[in-house]
Formats: sequence, C-alpha cells, structure tokens
Amino acid sequence: MLLAAILGALAAGVVWLFAAKIWWFPPGIDAHAAAYDEQFLRTIIICGVVFFLAQAVLAIVLVRFRQRGNQGRARYSHGDRRLEFLWTVTTAIVFLGLALAGTKLWARVHFDEAPADALPIEVTAKQFTWSFRYAGPDEKFGRTALRFINDAAGNPVGLDGADPASRDDIVSATLRVPVNRPVKLILRSRDVIHSFFVRELRLKQDLVPGMDIPLHFQAERTGTFEVPCSELCGLGHSQMRTTMQVMTQREFDAWLAAREAQKR
Amino acid sequence: MTLRRRIFSTDHRTIGKQYYFLGLFSVLLGVALSLVMRYHVVHPKALGGAISPELYLSLMTMHGTLMVFFVLTVVPQSAFGNYFLPLQIGAREMAFPRLNMFSFWTTAASLAVLLSAFFVEGGAPISGWTAYPPLSAVGRIAGPGEGLGQTLWIVSIGIFCVASVMGSINFVATIADLRCKGMTLMRMPLPCWSWLITALLSLLAFAVLLGAAVLLLLDRSAGTSFFLPAGLYFNDTAIQGRAGGSPLLWQHLFWFFGHPEVYIAIIPGMGIVSHVLSAFSRKPVFGYRAMVYAMVAIAFLGFVVWGHHMFMSGMSPYSAVAFSLLTLAIGVPSAIKTFNWMGTMWGGRLRFTTAMLFAIGFVSVFVTGGLSGIVLGQPALDLYFHDTAFVVAHFHMIMGVAATFGIFAGTFFWFPRMFGRTLNERLGKLHFYLTFAGVYALFIPMHLLGLAGTPRRYSDFTSVDFLGALMPLHRFITHAAYTVAAAQLIFVVNLFWSLKKGPRAGVNPWEATTLEWTDAAHPVVHHGPYEYSSPGAAADFTMQTDAPNIRSEA
Amino acid sequence: MMKNMPAARDVVQGPPPPPPVDRGWGDGDGNDGRGADRRASFTGLFVLLAATIMVFAALTSAFIVRRGMSDDWTSLHKPPILWVNTAILLASSFLLDISRRALKARHRTKFNFWWSAGTALGILFLVGQAFAWRQLRNQGVFIATNPSSSFFYVLTAAHALHLLGGVTALVYVDVQALRLRLGPAKRTAIDISAIYWHFLDALWIYLMVLMYVWG
Repeated sequence: MLLAAILGALAAGVVWLFAAKIWWFPPGIDAHAAAYDEQFLRTIIICGVVFFLAQAVLAIVLVRFRQRGNQGRARYSHGDRRLEFLWTVTTAIVFLGLALAGTKLWARVHFDEAPADALPIEVTAKQFTWSFRYAGPDEKFGRTALRFINDAAGNPVGLDGADPASRDDIVSATLRVPVNRPVKLILRSRDVIHSFFVRELRLKQDLVPGMDIPLHFQAERTGTFEVPCSELCGLGHSQMRTTMQVMTQREFDAWLAAREAQKR
Repeated sequence: MTLRRRIFSTDHRTIGKQYYFLGLFSVLLGVALSLVMRYHVVHPKALGGAISPELYLSLMTMHGTLMVFFVLTVVPQSAFGNYFLPLQIGAREMAFPRLNMFSFWTTAASLAVLLSAFFVEGGAPISGWTAYPPLSAVGRIAGPGEGLGQTLWIVSIGIFCVASVMGSINFVATIADLRCKGMTLMRMPLPCWSWLITALLSLLAFAVLLGAAVLLLLDRSAGTSFFLPAGLYFNDTAIQGRAGGSPLLWQHLFWFFGHPEVYIAIIPGMGIVSHVLSAFSRKPVFGYRAMVYAMVAIAFLGFVVWGHHMFMSGMSPYSAVAFSLLTLAIGVPSAIKTFNWMGTMWGGRLRFTTAMLFAIGFVSVFVTGGLSGIVLGQPALDLYFHDTAFVVAHFHMIMGVAATFGIFAGTFFWFPRMFGRTLNERLGKLHFYLTFAGVYALFIPMHLLGLAGTPRRYSDFTSVDFLGALMPLHRFITHAAYTVAAAQLIFVVNLFWSLKKGPRAGVNPWEATTLEWTDAAHPVVHHGPYEYSSPGAAADFTMQTDAPNIRSEA
Repeated sequence: MMKNMPAARDVVQGPPPPPPVDRGWGDGDGNDGRGADRRASFTGLFVLLAATIMVFAALTSAFIVRRGMSDDWTSLHKPPILWVNTAILLASSFLLDISRRALKARHRTKFNFWWSAGTALGILFLVGQAFAWRQLRNQGVFIATNPSSSFFYVLTAAHALHLLGGVTALVYVDVQALRLRLGPAKRTAIDISAIYWHFLDALWIYLMVLMYVWG
C-alpha cells in the first residue's frame, strides 16, 4: 500500500542519490584525504545497507501484516531472547569496529607531531579575515603584542617593529604552501572562535582565543582551494573566506622573495 | 470556575493542555522563522536586502532555542506526561499539583523573556542556541544582538532550567509513590518509563545548564573571566581586565547539558511510539524489558558522550577517542529499540490509523537520522563534516522530524481522551503523507549539501565559490520546506476544527489496554500494559483492570 | 508528678494518627491518602537535592578546571567570620534536631522554642554571610578581582540562595507551630524542612573544604 511504496522508493532513491556521487567531496590532495575517503566509504556502505534493509523490512511488514478482514488474531509474543541477543551483539561489533577503524586516521592527524622540517605558518583569525604569517629567512617569528595591532595599516597580528626577528615576517591574507612539503599551521584567534577548513585536505580545526592549536599536513597536488570559516563568528561569518594556494617549491620561494622585497 | 482558577489551574489535565498549546504556539513561530531563513538563502537580495546577516543569524538563534526548549522539551514530556502519567498509573493527580502549576507558569515566563529579546535594542542574539563565548560573552562589541538581547536569552534559559527541575520533581515523585494497586514498575506502559527516565535526565542536565548560564551572565556583566582569555581584541579595541578563562569550559558545561537534552527530546517519543505500535498491531510490545533497559542505557550513556560535539574544538584528541567509542556504543540500545519496534509489528494485525502511520514514520526517520550519527560520531570523519549542513541534516532528521512524529502520533492517539472527540482521519492521513514525503525531500538533500562541504550558519552563499554551484539543491530544499510547512496547516485546521466539531469519541475508541482508556476512580491492575491478542481472552485485548482470571503472561 | 512529664497543655489532643504504612518503593501496592503524600514529599525532596548537587557539581568542575588551566589564580584570604557562621549553621541544625525529638516526645512548647531558635540561627547565618561579603568588599576584593574571588562569591551566593529557600520553609513551619496548627499532615513539612536544612549544612561544609583547601 501507499506507505510501503513510498518506503520502497525512498530506500532505493536515497541509496542511489549517495551512490551516484552527484554531490560529493571534491577530490582529495593528500594521502590523508585518500585514507579519509576510504574510511568514509566503509562507513557509508554499512550505513547504506542498514538504511536500505530497515526501510525495506518496514515496507514488507506493512504489506504482509496489514489487517485483512476476519483472519484471526495476531501472533501473541512478548519477544525472543535469543534474537535480541543476536542482533545486539551484531550491532555492537559493527559499530565498534567502525569506530576502531577510524582511530588510526585520527591518530595520524592529532597524535603524531608534525615532522621536524615542517614549514611553520602562524594563522590568526579575526572577525572577519584570515592572516597567515611566515617567519621569513631567519626562521624566527617576531614578537607581537596587542598594542601594535593596526588593521588599517596592515598589521593585523600586531608585529613589534622593534624586534629584529619580525622585520622579515611576511603576513599574507591568503595561505600559500609548497607542494610535497610538510606544513605545520599554528592556529590562533584574536577575538571569537573561528574554524579553518579545507575540503580537499579533509581537515578542519577550530581557532580558539587563548589557545595555540597545531595542525599539520602535506599537500601533494598544486592548485587553489577555498578556506571558508567554519564556526559561527558573528555577522560576517559567511564572508570570512580565503584561499590556500599549493604551489611548486620554486614558485613558493619566488613568492616569498617578492614579498620580502616589497617589505624593504 | 473563575477565570483566575482556570488560568492557574492545578489540575494535571488542564496543565497538560496548557503545555501542549504553549508548544504549538512555539512550533508555529519556530517554523515561520525557518521559512524566512530558507527564503533568504535562495533570494539573498530580496526586499532590498532587508534580511541582513544579523537578522538572519538572530532568526536562526531563536529558531533553535524555541524548537529545542519550548517544543521538544515541553510537548513530549510536560504536555503528554502531565496529562497521561497520572491516568496511566492510576493516580488521581500528580504528586504536587501546585508545584505543577508553578512549573507551567515559570515555563511561560521563560518564553516571554525569550521573545522579548526580539524587541530590545540590537535585537535577538546571533550566537546560535549554543551561545559559545567569547562571541556571547563580551557584549555588544561582538555584534548586533549581543547586548541586551543575549542577556535576555541567558535569563530566559535560566528560568527554563528552574521550571524544568520543578517538573522533574513532580514526575519522579508521582511515579515512585502514586502508582495504584497492582501497578508495579514492570507493568507500567512504556510512555511512563520514558517520562521517568526523561525526568531524571532533565533534573541532572538542566541543573548543570543553570550553573553554566550563571557563569556566562557574570562574564558579561560582572567582569569575571570564566570563559574569557586574555588578549581579546575587537574592532580596534583591546578588551581589558579579562584573563585566564577558557571558551572550552563553556562548551564542556553546555554540552554536558546539551547531549542529555537531545535524549530528553526523543525518549518520550520512543515511549509513545512503542505504545501506539503495540495498540495498532494488536500485539504486545516485543521485548518490553529490553525496551526499558535500552532507554535506561541510552539515558546513562547520554551523559558520557558530550565530547562528540567538541571533536574539532581544540580539546584533547585522546578524549575524542573515548567519546567516540561511547557515542557509537549508544547506537546499540537505539538499534535494539528499532529491532523491537519491527518485532512488535511482525506477525501483527496492523490497523493504519493516522497515529499508527506517524509511529511507523518515526521508525523510518529514526533509522535515517541515527545512521548519519554513525558518520559524525567518528572524529576522523568529523574532520570534514563538523559544522557542515550534514550535521544540520542529522539533528533535524532526529529532532525536527522523528521527535515531532512522536508528538503527532501522541496527538492523534490521545486526542479522543483529551478532548472527547476524534481528529479527522482523512485530513490526518493527507497531513501524514505530505509531511513524510516532504521531510525526506527536505532533509536528504541537506546531507548532500554537507557532503559538498557547505558550512553551517551561513547567512548567504555568495562569497564562497564552491557554494554557488549548490544553489539548485538549496532551491529544492526551500521548496520542500514550504511544502512541509503548508502541510502542517492541514494539521492545525484539523486540530482546531475537531476541538469543537469533531465526532464524539467513546471512552476507548482504539480498543486499547491501558488505564487512560478507563474511567475507573480507584483502578486495580491485574495485567501488563500490552496484552493484545492474548490466547486466553475473549476479545483481542485485555485491559489492565480486567479480571485476573483472564490468562495473560504479564 | 515527675519532673519530666509533659504538662497537660503540651500534650497533643486526641489519639495520635496511625503511622503511615511503609510499603517500600516500587511495589504498586496502592497509595491513597496520607501515606502517599508523605512518601511523595520525601521523593520530591530527594529529587530536589539531586538537582542541587548537580548545580554545585557543575560549579565545582568549573572551579577545578579554571584553577588548573591558568596561573592567574591567587589564593583568597577568607574572612575569619566564616568560621563563626559555620558554627552558627551547625548549631541551627542541632537545635532543629532537638526540637524534632521534643515533638516526638509530644512536648509541643519545647518544639516551638527550639525550632524558633534554630530558625533564628539560620537567619543569623545569612546575616553573617552578608558581613563576610562586606568585609571582602572593604578589602577591595570584588567578584572580578581574581578567579578565586569570583568562585567564592558565586559559590557562597548560590548556597545562600538555597538557604533562603530553606529559611522560608523553616519560618513557614514556625508560624504554623506558633498558631498551634501543627497537625499530622504538617509533620511531613517539618521533616522535609529539617532534612533540607541538614543537607545545606553538609553542602556548606563541603564548600568550606573546597574553598579553604583549594581556593
């Protein structure tokens, strides 16, 4: 009957919508993304099977057991202990198995430290723009202080001009990284909670005022990728967007050199 | 009866209806807000840009607050519970009728304070129903609505917490001490178990929220630094005198409340669904004891999974693993319940009343909503999906749809008892089919928006390139939303028309077994709650008060 | 006549009411009338106590986290009057207990006297707390001065607020007693108020330990 038909159509239609990958992740650009996609596929296939079976069984039940004229009583039963035990244990194994499978992926992102030769980039978020600071040739981040912050004059991170280490620091509104090199982001916020998200990296991390949060990755393909703020940060939350440009080492060095030259 | 005694009635049935209509008012307002939001998403420049980002965000905040607190916490528990708990356990009244009256009016006061935020300078807050500091804690400087509007929001929530504890006191005492003769705990209808478990959850969770709300209020108005670190800089102004606090502390406290809260929203619905499925399958609930233990397990586990809302927050990644395992563990009792619902219907003689359709629909959407939780419960996968439309789809499926279906099932089932008339079945079925198809059309595409990476809480999608390509999906969702909303008008018409003109109902129009379908003043119980199609009985149902010589297993 | 026999006017008139039958928790054995009200009141009280414990548990965990996370916590010099207040609160509990025992022995006047005394001490505790806050303010220690002072004010204010509710209950019983309107149904009110009061005592001791050892 009608509801059973809807459930059947639903079961098939939803599975198709996901399987057809019409709306899907953008292609990943690093090894982590590939591992991510595998774990997701594992999960979504299991979920898809369960979804399909549940809706199908529901539909079957509706058709098979609808009341038809005078056909006698329903089956009087208070349950079945063995069946309960069986499906409880099966569910537990499947769900916990999935959870454990994903742990390795998580560990590689957050338990492992960034490699020692990772390029450090300090990310500062504020209402409603991003700033990315590079340490420059001296490989030292200069001192910053609140009182030096001057957005209008292009000093959003509050670089202390008196500190020699800060003279070669480059602050950029977009994130630029060299391909095939480990990068370590140090995420900070000046005001409220923001969140850094790059779809192609399959990575996201909140930026919390008062905390310096590390996030490392190694991009393996060049290109320009969008970075939309992913934690409600006020009025301009939907406008707070920048890009990550992954470029060859040569292009990256050239860009840094050009920015240094500009400073002088 | 004088007007004053009617308004401040201590009769549990009147109070139950008062809660129900407060919830109805809130849901209509909440839906209206969401329709404005959906319209804005597809027509961002409409009305000359009248829906500014701050207006959009304030509508979103109030939509969430209204729905979570004043609809889903109020109707399944306080409305249906106050009306039917005493009836189902054979008590004459709730344990503390005057306290009951106070708890309703305190809830109403909380709603009034919340809505007043719309009308003050700066308007309603923009920080979402989750109100994360520092955005919610530094005042006007963080954005419009963050001045008086945010303060009123916090005060409203604080008042709601007090009302909730008052309600819990009543529910627990009533179930513990006022059950009639023969009504042992294991003979209680499942809604009563759900109301007991939910009352215990509320009691513990809302108390914590109250503590957190007080601390947030102090950070805003007394210069304290519970949630505020040093070095905050807004709009050319450095915030002075705050240091050492942590925004994460708020998140921990809030979600310690927030996760049990979503179980508070769904558990009574689960009880109602079990109750309705059994009645219209003419079969006992499959695995009654397992159903009870599953609800208890869900409630207990619900207290130790709060960190799954914080996987990306900067909290310890090691604790994320622990929270994840516990979160997926909660899927197990939920699955047990789903199997048991199917088991209840299997081998039954199904009667497709509107109440039954909504109960069946609940099972369908509960599975769908629960499964997206399996994705989100893994921190590794949450690295992409956190704060995307996928999360919004997940919780709307479970709360906005499943919990609401529980409310509809309860309404259609219990309306004859509450008002002495039946709702129109044809209108009911039309409402059901439009709603059921409509909510899937609405929320399945939202998962796809999330897969594509759409962040949540965006007031417009024109600044991010990849979001532009998703506008067709947004348009489809908006159309579905308007259709579903329109379908609810059928329900509202049905409800109000039937209140006055519906066909009169007998005492037990559904041929159900539990005490709310009898008129006995001092019932004595001899049977379990779900003795349908018992081989020893003359009819295909045995009322709990029927003579003890009828053979039944419970 | 022996010295400790109650005077005629002290004896409760009429036969004592039958004691409520204790049928245990959860047997569905039927609960009409007096017995049910009394048991329900106790259940209600325990539920309220559970909620109160959770509020203070939340504040305690915020306390512990805040103290451990930053190095800006300086130990608060607590006004010594707090010890006096503690003694007063404990004494008030003790007096309430004496009065309840007097009531059991049917000494109505003694009950009135000791209950009123206990109530008065309870109010004195609140006055003493106000003094403590004033002393802190005079020393320039306000709620935002330091996280330790923030928690001091929040915890003591939350406790005082709950105690105000307790005082209201004590005063209600006192007024009923003095008007000689203390029938059997009011016995529950006496017991509930007294248990709530003892709980607030215990809570205060806990807060004193928390504040003196870690604050």
